[in-house]
Amino acid sequence: MSQVMVVTSGKGGVGKTTSSASLGAALAQRGQNVVLIDFDVGLRNLDLVMGAERRVVFDFVNVVQGDAKLAQALIRDKRVDTLSLLPASQTRDKDALTEEGVEKVIDELREKFDWIICDSPAGIEKGATLAMRFADIAVVVTNPEVSSVRDSDRIIGMLDAKTRRAEAGERLDKRLLLTRYDPARAARGEMMKVEDVLEILAIPLLGIIAESPDVLTASNMGAPVTLHAPASAPAIAYAEAARRLLGEAVPFTAPGQRAGGGLFSRLFGRKAAAA
Amino acid sequence: MADLIDHKRRTRLEPDIFDLPQVRLRGRNVLALVLAPEFPMSDWFAAFDRQHKAAPGFFADRPIVADLRAAIQEGGPEAAALVLDSLGMRNLKLIGVEGVSARVLDGTPWERLATRLHGRDTALEAPDDETPSASDAKPEPPAPTSLLIDRPVRSGQSVVFGEGDVTIVGSVSSGAEVLAGGSIHVYGTLRGRAIAGLKAGVQARIFCHKLEAELLGVDQLYRTAEHWGAGLHGRAVQVLCDRGALRLTAFG
Repeated sequence: MSQVMVVTSGKGGVGKTTSSASLGAALAQRGQNVVLIDFDVGLRNLDLVMGAERRVVFDFVNVVQGDAKLAQALIRDKRVDTLSLLPASQTRDKDALTEEGVEKVIDELREKFDWIICDSPAGIEKGATLAMRFADIAVVVTNPEVSSVRDSDRIIGMLDAKTRRAEAGERLDKRLLLTRYDPARAARGEMMKVEDVLEILAIPLLGIIAESPDVLTASNMGAPVTLHAPASAPAIAYAEAARRLLGEAVPFTAPGQRAGGGLFSRLFGRKAAAA
Repeated sequence: MADLIDHKRRTRLEPDIFDLPQVRLRGRNVLALVLAPEFPMSDWFAAFDRQHKAAPGFFADRPIVADLRAAIQEGGPEAAALVLDSLGMRNLKLIGVEGVSARVLDGTPWERLATRLHGRDTALEAPDDETPSASDAKPEPPAPTSLLIDRPVRSGQSVVFGEGDVTIVGSVSSGAEVLAGGSIHVYGTLRGRAIAGLKAGVQARIFCHKLEAELLGVDQLYRTAEHWGAGLHGRAVQVLCDRGALRLTAFG
């Protein structure tokens, strides 16, 4: 059964594209057939982060408008062969995508892939609502910072209203991915704590990704951090998040803390509030 | 029905062609009553008069459309004006006719009625009758007077329930709002805005487990968080109107 996953946030710059690429690569490394779709028409980034910018011939808009077949537009990753990318157009804008067109492409992708990861643009307008429309599971990327949390809350409200699943009365699985977390600053009270964010957003936690220079390096190298620096803390955290997506119960260890002790194991020993 | 919007201001005697406003036409759906008199006319009008007497308010001031198909079929085109005269005598506000071409009415006082109507039949509520029919016997279930929400109210969402109390089992996020005709009960953290008493007035109250609200109001009075300060932040609080002022008190 293929799963359509939307990676969304509301706020821009919190780590959607980075997380889409990293989670996608981690899932592919575990043997899953994964395709990443860049929904940010006109401001595409996923191709850069994946290092595929020099191989883009046809894009998502071309396929939606029937100018190219899906097979012509899909770019297979050179490092992990179960990972593919459907890039966005850089010359058009979001109005070029239609709901019917997107649905057709996603239905076609469902036949070939286990995971269809939709990298949503920021905002709450058409680009973001189209990216979430056909989702079976949503990953809400949030920084532990007040504006990001409020915007994520808004997006969660929209996930419960504007998706096909919500309209059919079904519950959409929503998980929180906390990114750019700095445990030292959180301890000093300069940053929101994980439990504060969870209390406001009230959805289960998927993972905590610590702030790390490895992420930026990987991005500039054109590789998801899980492929470029697999031993780094963010890569490990993304890999654990991928395992949780696959149903494994991986205990949470706070970034920067030793496993098996302290506040976090006590906190995450119990499940966070379900949506 | 087209509605011509008049231009409001004129600053010159002779308007320049570039000055002239664009007169905008709007469409509007209006519910009109269709009356279709048929032969024998005396019987039809007698029945109509009896119904009219039983429910005079029903026809008063309503736009009426006369369906003249049956009348013309039996009585020929001359019947059209005669039927319209009879309807006119009963003080009905005729706005148009159906089933007859405009030529037929030329030269009669009814030539000003609209003949080009684009309408569809639609359901109509029955006028109050002295003899209630069997279908009226089943009473409508009473409308709900309280609303229960058992999931968090997310940022950007707006809960409006004018008929009574609103109870939320969950939190109300920053950037969300709850407006209730009666009281508001939040079994969680109230972060956004809450305005109670839109219908119940000053009797309404707001209750919350944890106060972190941005704006609170009861009836016409409201206050922002800046006003009640940090002392009540994070506590279980009730908000009520006391002698013309909004009062917040902590529980326990």
